[in-house]
This record gives sequence, C-alpha cells and structure tokens, in this order.
Amino acid sequence: MADHISSSGESHGSVGSYLTGFVLAVILTVASFGLVMSHAMSPAGTGGAIALLAVVQIVVHLIYFLHMNGSSEQRWNVMAFVFTVLSVLVLVAGTMFIMHDTAINMMSR
Amino acid sequence: MLGKLTLSAIPYDVPILVGTFIGAAIAGLAVVGLITYYGKWGYLWREWLTSVDHKRIGVMYIVVALVALFRGFADAIMMRSQLALAYAGNPGYLPPHHYDQIFSAHGTIMIFFMAMAFMQGLMNIVVPLQIGARDVAFPFVNTLSFWMTTISFLLVNVSLFIGEFSQCGWLAYPPLSEQQFSPGVGVDYYIWAVQLSGVGTLLTGVNFFATIVKMRAPGMTYMRMPVFTWTIFCTTVLIMVAFPILTVAMGLLGLDRYLGMHFFTNDGGGNQMLYLSVIWGWGHPEVYILVLPAFGAFSEITQTFSRKPLFGYKTMVYATASIMVLSLVVWVHHFFTMGAGPNVNAFFGIMTMVIAVPTGVKIFNWLFTMYKGRIEFHATMYWVIGFMITFSIGGMTGVMLAIPASDFVLHNSLFVIAHFHNVIIGGVYFGYVAAMNFWFPKAFGFKLNEAWGKRAFWCWFVGFYVAFMPLYVLGFEGMTRRMNHYDNPEWHPWLLIAEVGAVLIALGIVCQLTQLYVSIRDRNLAENRDLTGDPWNARTLEWSTSSPPPFYNFAILPEVHELDAFAHDKEAGIDTRQAGGNYQPIHMPKNTACGFLIGAFSFVLGFGAVWYIWWLAAVGLIGVIATVIARSSDNDVDYYVPVSEVVRIEQEHTHNLMAAQAAE
Repeated sequence: MADHISSSGESHGSVGSYLTGFVLAVILTVASFGLVMSHAMSPAGTGGAIALLAVVQIVVHLIYFLHMNGSSEQRWNVMAFVFTVLSVLVLVAGTMFIMHDTAINMMSR
Repeated sequence: MLGKLTLSAIPYDVPILVGTFIGAAIAGLAVVGLITYYGKWGYLWREWLTSVDHKRIGVMYIVVALVALFRGFADAIMMRSQLALAYAGNPGYLPPHHYDQIFSAHGTIMIFFMAMAFMQGLMNIVVPLQIGARDVAFPFVNTLSFWMTTISFLLVNVSLFIGEFSQCGWLAYPPLSEQQFSPGVGVDYYIWAVQLSGVGTLLTGVNFFATIVKMRAPGMTYMRMPVFTWTIFCTTVLIMVAFPILTVAMGLLGLDRYLGMHFFTNDGGGNQMLYLSVIWGWGHPEVYILVLPAFGAFSEITQTFSRKPLFGYKTMVYATASIMVLSLVVWVHHFFTMGAGPNVNAFFGIMTMVIAVPTGVKIFNWLFTMYKGRIEFHATMYWVIGFMITFSIGGMTGVMLAIPASDFVLHNSLFVIAHFHNVIIGGVYFGYVAAMNFWFPKAFGFKLNEAWGKRAFWCWFVGFYVAFMPLYVLGFEGMTRRMNHYDNPEWHPWLLIAEVGAVLIALGIVCQLTQLYVSIRDRNLAENRDLTGDPWNARTLEWSTSSPPPFYNFAILPEVHELDAFAHDKEAGIDTRQAGGNYQPIHMPKNTACGFLIGAFSFVLGFGAVWYIWWLAAVGLIGVIATVIARSSDNDVDYYVPVSEVVRIEQEHTHNLMAAQAAE
C-alpha cells in the first residue's frame, strides 16, 4: 500500500529478453505460414505441425513476455499455469474424443 | 457510407415495437428530466459513472441487472401469452420472425445481463468488505468491466429499434446462425454483445481472483475465508477458464459470417457439431459460475438467521471446489442426441450424476445449520427455504436428464425448459434476491421492507410452480421448445395455467419494486436505519464497518483470528474496528472516466461492425486503443486520504454506534 506502484519479486524482463522473444515469435509465425503456403507436407501433417508450432509459441510468450519461471516467488503463477494446462487438456482431449466418436458413429468420415 | 443501415431497418411498421419505443423514450426522457431538474448530472458523473469504488460499481451492476430483468421478463410474458393464444388456427399476435427474436433475446438477456450483472454486482459489494480489503486489486479494470457489460446490454436493446435481433436461440447454433440462413444483422448484434460483455466478465474474473489471493486481511488464511468469498473464488477460476472458450466460439462464428470462412458451415470442410462442443465447454461452467455465488449467499444467510455457525464449513469448501472441477467435464449432456456413441454419452452422463453429490452435501449442510438453530423467519430466510425446496426438485429432474436414454425422449422439449428454469429461478434468482435483501443495509444504511419482501417471495414462489410445473407435463406430452403455434388440444389447458403463473411472477416483480419504493420512502424511520453497521448480528467482517461503509472500507485493516472473524471478535469482546487507534493516511485510487470512455468507444465499434459501417468501427477501435494508451501513461492515479479526514469519519460512526447502544 505504501508505494506508488510496487514491483517486488517478479522480473520485468530486459530489452534483450524482449527482443529474443520477439525474434522467436516471428520465426515461429513465419514457419507456420510457410508450411501452409508451400504445401510441403500432407494436410494432416501440416495440421499437426502447426499445432506443435503453436504450443512452442505459447511457451515462448509465457517465458519472454509474461516472465514465468520456476523460482519460489512464482509459485502462484506456476500453479495457475498447471491448472490452465489441465483445463485446456480436458477441453481439447474431450472435444477430440467427442468429435471422433461422433464421426465414427454417424459414419460421417 | 452507412453500410447496411437504411431507413427500412427501423421497424416503424410493427406496432408492438413502436409502442415499446414510445414507452422507453418517455421513461428515458423522464429520468433525464428529473436528473436535470435536480441538477444531479455533475454528482452522477463524479460520484457514480466515473467511480472506481467497488461498492458503487456493485450498486450500478445491480441496477443494470434489474433493468435487464424487466426487459427479459417482458419477453417471457410475451412468449407465454403467445402460446396461450396461438392454438388451433389462431396465429397469435407474434409472427414467427418476431417470436424467434423474443426467445433469443430472453435467454441472452437473462443470462448475460440479468444473472451475470447481478452476480458481479454482489461480488463487487461484498467480497472486498468480507476479506477486509480497501478496494479490489485493479480498481480501474473494475469500472472498465462494468462499462463493457453495460454497453453490451445497450447494444442488445438498440437492436429492438434499429434492425433486428438474432432468431437463433440464446446460443446461436450454426448452421442456422450462418450467413446463408441468417443474412440479417440479428446474429451480428448477438455476437458483438456477447463478445464485448465477455471482455468485461473475464476482466472481473481476473480482478477478483487477484483480490482474493493477494488482499485478504492479516490472519485470514484460506480456511478462514467466509464461504461467500470461497464461492466467488471458485467462480472467478471458472470465469477465467470458461470465458476464453466463449470468445473463441464467437470469434470463429464471426469469422464465418464476416470473412466467409468455414469453421461451422456444412460446406468447405466445416463441422457445425464442433460449435456445440465448444460453446457448451463454456456453457456448462457458466451455469456454475452463476449458481456458486448463490450457494455462498445462502450459506451466509442461513448461518446468520439460524444464530449458529455454518454446519460443515470444510465440507462446504470442498464441495464448492469439487463442483468447480466437475463442472468442466459434463458439457456433453447438453447434446447427448448429437450422435456420439455410448462411450461418450455414458462418460458424460455419469459425470453429470456425480456433480449432484457435492450439491447434495451443500443442501444437507444448510439443513443441519438450521437444525436446532434459533431460526429467525426474516424475509431473507423465506427465499432460502424456498430455494432449498425448489432447487432440490430442479436437481432431481436434472439427474433425470443426465441419463442419456431418457434425454433422448426429453431433448429439446419443454421438460428441459422447465428443468433449467427450475434451477436458475429456484437457485440463482432466489439466491441473488436473498443476497440483495441481506446485504442491502450494508450498501445503503437502511433495511428493505420485510412485509413487501415476503409478498414478493410468495408471488415468485407460487408463480414459479404454476408457470413451470405445466411445462414438465407438456414436455412429456411431446411439446418442443421454441414453438410458435400448435393445434394439439391436450396442450392448451397447461399453457393457460403457465400463463397464470407468469402473471403471478409479474406480481412478484411489482412487489419487489414496491419493496424498494417503500424502503426508500421510510429509510429514516428508526427501525429501518442501520446505525451500527451490523443489523442482523452477523458473523463476517463486512458487518464490522459502518453501513454504508466509508469509501476506504476499513480505517485500520482488521486482524483475523478465527473463521467468522467478526463473530469471534464480538464473543471475545475485541473491537474489530480498533476505534481511536493509530490511524495512518490511506492510499486510494482516483476516479477515472477511462472505463466509461472505453465502454463508449466499444459500443461505437460494435454498432459499426454490426452494420458494416467500417469507418465508424475504425473510429471506435482507435478510440479504445487511444484511451488505453492514455490511461496507461497516466501516473496521477492515486492519492492519500489525510488522517484528519479518517478521524472525522470514524468519530462520526463511533457517535452513531453510541447513539444506537443508548437507544437500546
């Protein structure tokens, strides 16, 4: 309460780390577009590769832009992150389970 | 220049809408005239519209919720009247085009702008006080959330008089909601209203999560948090998990409509069934986002008016947390008939039945709290008991629908409508009204009239059963939902009974408005004034400060020694306020118009995008970005309340306390 804006504990990054993050993000984005536009892989392979690149992109953002790491002040962030990953897994895996089962059952594929 | 907007978009040839417009215009002009007459514009702007005080934002949320209730109920009684009339050759008074907009608007408004706004209002008023904090973690974000919700509700209402609203039900299932089948602007109004209000709700979730994690009074461990705060904590987690899903679902549907993509269309490789899975991935947690805070309010009210600590505090907390997790794995029960195989349906059916267990635990906890308590049958307690009966019935029909085999019989019938109104009126609405009666004196310093409160309860309670029990019967008789007219003679008497129920509920709303009027009129009578700040002899910290609380809530942050901190302090003879203690200058946020401005620009963005007026949408978007940048670069956002001011306010309350003690 005492300070104007308190910035204790967490790191707020440096110009270097922001630049690293930016360059990595650009590379990952360009790679995704490149994969689609060059038709280098089969449609299913392209989908999988883009999904993989997207997950890496998320991790890059979390580390370089949201400054997440394993230190003890970050316990809350890590817990929240684990819960988020679990919820996303439930939703993604659940949706795949449902849609796959529907496709088989209705013979739509 | 004006995109799709032409003069023909104004429905001046529909008498119902013209009448509504004239009514709304007269009411609006009357309000504007009264504010101008009393010269209150400056006061309204400085003290309310630009306020970052969580208590004032909470009150404004609830005002919006009550207006939304009025609009949503008007839609409801129009539907019931249509179905009471539209039998055997009589087309009724609402053509399908209009009727479909009405049921879509009813659902959208009641969930997003009545229930969500009411819930956020309650959490705003109560949570910071209950955890002994001076404000929320991000006061500016709080006013922004409020304005995003409010302008979205405005956008829905603008669709009444300019263009049309969605005709695709409250969740806008594709392919009906796609450009091919809904070429009008109705679905676009729906998408933008839901998207913009979703931003507000998500920010509220983040804000209150941070507030509860970081700003609890010294000594308040997690297991000393009041149950209402616990339920809000779980609700904010669900908001943060679920609302992004809604944003994605609406975003993809918007891309389909605006940019001709094929996420949910039948051609181009789209899959309309995926929309169901995604939207209900949000939709089911949403139900618990609404009902958990109601459970929290029931817990506070039951223990206060039973004069006993809550039975099974820990089981209540664990039940709340289990519901939070389980609510994420039940969403298929909204579309068992979609065509998934028995594996999928069995899994989600069982999970749905499992979620009834923690809910049952809660019901028994409330019953055991009342058992051997000295129950005071206050008007607030009526809603609690009415809830326990009604919600149990709704829960049981819910477990019936959780059985995939019986769901195949009942899906899309009025049985489903009866079930979810059973839990949403009986659980959510009764809970919020009970909470409003309970915390009203805290927010305003005087109590609500009890006689009118009880009358409102009886009208709502009886009206609910008369209106919705016939719908269970009609569901078994095979009547589907969203039907405009019918010719089955067996259905007609039941629909007439349901109409009577809707009229009884209307009387209930009239009683609630009368209750507000009578209470405000008699606010200065000695028996209605709340001088002590603790009118119910309650147990939690919000009652330890004055009513209404000073804008800084607590001059000295309370020390928490025990669960139910205030009850503990009263028994031990400790002064929670530490009156006359060592006051320090208090650090507070300054009011800001930025939340209002971002809301206003977002409205312009939404309206422009709905009508394809792209220059207007660009103006709105640039306005939003410019305001955010201006606000972010402003360092003059806080100030200190001097000690002399704190001493003056605190002494005034001490005098009031002494006067109240002398009167006893």
